[in-house]
Amino acid sequence: MNINFLQSLASHLSWGARIGLFCLITFALAAIFAPFVAPFDPHQIVGDVWAPITSQFWLGTDQLGRDILSRLIHGARNTFFIAGAATLISFSMGTFLGFLAAVTGGKMDQLLSRANDLMMAIPTLIFALVVLSVLPANMIVLIVVMGVLDSTRVFRLSRAVAIDIVVMDYVESARLRGEGTLWIIFREILPNALSPLFAEFGLRFAFAVLFLSTLSFLGLGIQPPDADWGSMVKENKDGIVFGIPAALIPAAAIAILTISINLVVDSILSRTSSLKGGR
Amino acid sequence: MSDVHFLEVQGLEISAYINMPGEATKTLILVDNISFTLKRGEVLGLIGESGAGKSTIGLAAMAYGRAGCKITGGTMKIDGVDLLKLSSKEINKVRGTRVAYVAQSAAASFNPAHKIGDQVIEVAIEHKLMSKAEALDYAGKLYAKLGLPDPENFGNRYPHQVSGGQLQRAMTVMALCAKPDLIVFDEPTTALDVTTQIEVLATIKYAIKDSGVAALYITHDLAVVAQVADHIMVLRHGKMVEYGSTDKIINHASQKYTQDLVSIRAMEKQEQPVPDSPAILQVNNIAAAYDGVTKILNDVTLHLHAGQTLSIVGESGSGKSTLARVITGLLPPMQGEVLFNGKPLSSALKNRSKEQLRDLQMIYQMADVAMNPRHTIGQIIGRPIEFYFGISGAENRKMTIELLEQIELGEQYFDRYPAELSGGQKQRVCIARALAAKPSLIICDEVTSALDPLVADGILQLLMSLQEKHAIAYLFITHDLATVKAISDSIAVMYQGSLVRFGQKSMVLSPPFDDYTDMLLSSVPHMELGWLEKTLANRKMQSADN
Repeated sequence: MNINFLQSLASHLSWGARIGLFCLITFALAAIFAPFVAPFDPHQIVGDVWAPITSQFWLGTDQLGRDILSRLIHGARNTFFIAGAATLISFSMGTFLGFLAAVTGGKMDQLLSRANDLMMAIPTLIFALVVLSVLPANMIVLIVVMGVLDSTRVFRLSRAVAIDIVVMDYVESARLRGEGTLWIIFREILPNALSPLFAEFGLRFAFAVLFLSTLSFLGLGIQPPDADWGSMVKENKDGIVFGIPAALIPAAAIAILTISINLVVDSILSRTSSLKGGR
Repeated sequence: MSDVHFLEVQGLEISAYINMPGEATKTLILVDNISFTLKRGEVLGLIGESGAGKSTIGLAAMAYGRAGCKITGGTMKIDGVDLLKLSSKEINKVRGTRVAYVAQSAAASFNPAHKIGDQVIEVAIEHKLMSKAEALDYAGKLYAKLGLPDPENFGNRYPHQVSGGQLQRAMTVMALCAKPDLIVFDEPTTALDVTTQIEVLATIKYAIKDSGVAALYITHDLAVVAQVADHIMVLRHGKMVEYGSTDKIINHASQKYTQDLVSIRAMEKQEQPVPDSPAILQVNNIAAAYDGVTKILNDVTLHLHAGQTLSIVGESGSGKSTLARVITGLLPPMQGEVLFNGKPLSSALKNRSKEQLRDLQMIYQMADVAMNPRHTIGQIIGRPIEFYFGISGAENRKMTIELLEQIELGEQYFDRYPAELSGGQKQRVCIARALAAKPSLIICDEVTSALDPLVADGILQLLMSLQEKHAIAYLFITHDLATVKAISDSIAVMYQGSLVRFGQKSMVLSPPFDDYTDMLLSSVPHMELGWLEKTLANRKMQSADN
C-alpha cells in the first residue's frame, strides 16, 4: 500500500523534480550518516594546503589542508539543521500570526500588519548583523534570529491566503456555530491554505540556507572550527585569487541544494493546486 | 419565409478528452447523436439540466468546442454548407456574420473598458459589412427597436452605467448588428430578476420576429422557453429525450422526464392556521446599513410562528439577505430589535449564548463554499453534535449516520469529501449539518437557486418532511415565487429595503394587490403558450429597469 503510494507519487513528479528529489535524498543521507560516509576527520589536517583533486582527496583540500569532501558532508548537518529549524520557527510564527490577523481583523490586524511592515522596513541582513553581534554567538540564538526575521515574509503570505478563505461561507458558518478563533485558524483555514504554504516552505528553506551561508561568510554564523557550506566559501575565498577552485565547491553545493528544492517544490505546487478533486 | 431548412444538424456527437496525470486518456461523449432542423424565423428551445449538453450544442452551432471538447461526428449544415468541414479561416467568417451568440452573463461578456456602442458594432466593422457610420446608425435603430432608453446616446455609455437587463438587450443588439442568419441565446435571462426577465424575454422574442433570423434558445426553465420557442428539444445527459412542437411538449409530453419538468411547479403546501402561541421569531422595526449611512433595510417588522415557514421574496437588492444577516447577528442593526423565543437577541454575534446559536441555524445558497472542502462529510455533520452536545466518538458517528439517512444519503457518504458529491447532495449535507444542532429555526438563504429544477424540488420536499417530523420553523429567503407557493405558511414581500406586504400566504397571494406585488406575481413565467403577451398587455407598473 505504502509502496504503491510512493510509486504513484513518483510517477506524478516531473523529471526535473525526480532529479531534485534524488539530490536532496543524497544530501540528507550524507548528512545523517556523516561519520560513516566521510573519508576523513573534518577537523584534521590530512594533506597539503589547497591540494588539487586527487583519488585520495576527491574534492581537494582547503586552506589548512583539511579534506573538503569530509567538511562538506559534516557541514551539511549544520546547514540542514539550522536552516530547517529556522524555517520551522518562521513558519509556525508567521502563519499563526498571519491567520490571526486575517481572522480577527480590525485593530488586531492593523497592529500586527503594521508591526510586520516595520520589521520588513529594516534590511534583514543588517538587522541580523546588529542583533547577532550583540547577542552571544551560539546556535540557538542564530536559529531564533533567523526564524523571527524570516517570519515577516511568511506572515504576509499567510495573511493574504487566509483573507481569501475567511470570507468563505464555511468560515462564516463556523462563526455562526460559535467556534473559537483557534478552531477557525487550525481546522477551517489551515487545511485549505496548506498548498501555497507548503510551496513557500520549500522556497523559504532555500533562502534560509543562503541566509545562513551569508551570515557564516560574514563571520556571524557557524563559528570555526565547525563548518557549514557558507563558512567554507569564506575560508577558501582567498584561493580564488591564485586560481584555486576550493571556494567554488561548497558554493556549487549550495546552488545544487537550492535548485533541487525549487524543482521539487514547483512540481508539488503544480500538483496540489490543480482544480480537480477535493484533496 | 422560405420553406427550406436553413440549419440542418445530423447525428451530432461531441466528445471530451480527459487527461489525468499517470492515466490513459479517456474519451467522454458529451453530446450523443443529436439531430434537428431549423427554418428561418423559427426558434428551437434546447432545455435540460446542467450537464445535459445544451450549451455544448449551442457552441457547436458556431463550430466551436470549449477547451478539451471536440466535435467528433455528424454534420452541421447552414444553407447546405457543412460548417464542420470548413477551414478555421472560413469558420471565422461565419462566426459573427452568419451565426451570433448571446451569452448568459452580459456583464462578463462586455469589456468594461470600452463603450457599449463600440463593442456592439465591432463585428460588423471587423468583417467589413458596413462602414462605421452605417453601423452606428443601424445600431441606433436597433437600440430604439429593443426599447433601450435614449437610443441616440445609449452606445456612448460604459457597461457599468446601464442595468443588467439593459446590458442583456445590448448584447442582443450586438448579435443582431451584423445581420446574422442564426442567433444562439445561451440562458440569456437566467441571471436576471423575474421582473426584468419578462421584459428582456419580450424584447428577444420581438427581435427574432422582426429580423426573421433563426434562433437556438438554451435554458433550464421550461416555462421561459415555452414563451419564445416554436419547437422544443428536451435533453438529458447529452441525449435527446423528446423533440416536438412547443404545444406538444407542454401539453402532451410523452416522456416521463418531460412530464416531471412540466409539472415541477405544481407542488403546493397546505397553509397552516395561525397558532395562538407567541411567535418564535419577532423582528421589530429593523433598520440596517453596511456603511452606517445608506439604509439597506428600512423599518422591517415581521414574525414567524414555531413549526411554520415564512418566505421572504424580493428582487436582488431588496435587502432580504441583509435581513438574514441581521437576524443571525453578522450585521448589527442601526435600530430595532430581534426577539427569539420571546427573548431579545443580542445584536452582536459574540454576545449570544451558545444555546441561542444552537437554536438558530443557517443554510446557504452555494453549498460548494458552505462546506470546508478539506473536511469529510462525517466531520462536517458531526461537528455541531460534538460542539453543542459534547458527544464524540462512536455515539457521534451513530448520530451522524442517522442524520445522513434522514437526508436520504446513507452511511457510505460518511468518509467522502464535498468535492465527491453532486450539487443536490451537497445541499442535503448542509441541511443535515443545520439539523444536527437540533434547532427550532433554520434560515434558508436561496437554498435551491443554484440547483436544477428537479433536484431543487427534491430538496424542498426533504425540507418539508423534516419540518413535519421535527417541527422546525423556516425563514426562507428566495426570489422564486414558485418556491414560495410550494412551501410557505406566511409571506413577506420586500422591495428596496422595505416590507411591501406581509401576512398569511392566502392573504398575500390574493387580490387586491399593491402595484409591486402585482408586478412580481405576474412576472413569473407560466407553463402555458401565449402567457407573455397576455401578461405584458395588462401590467400596472413598469419594472425598475425602465
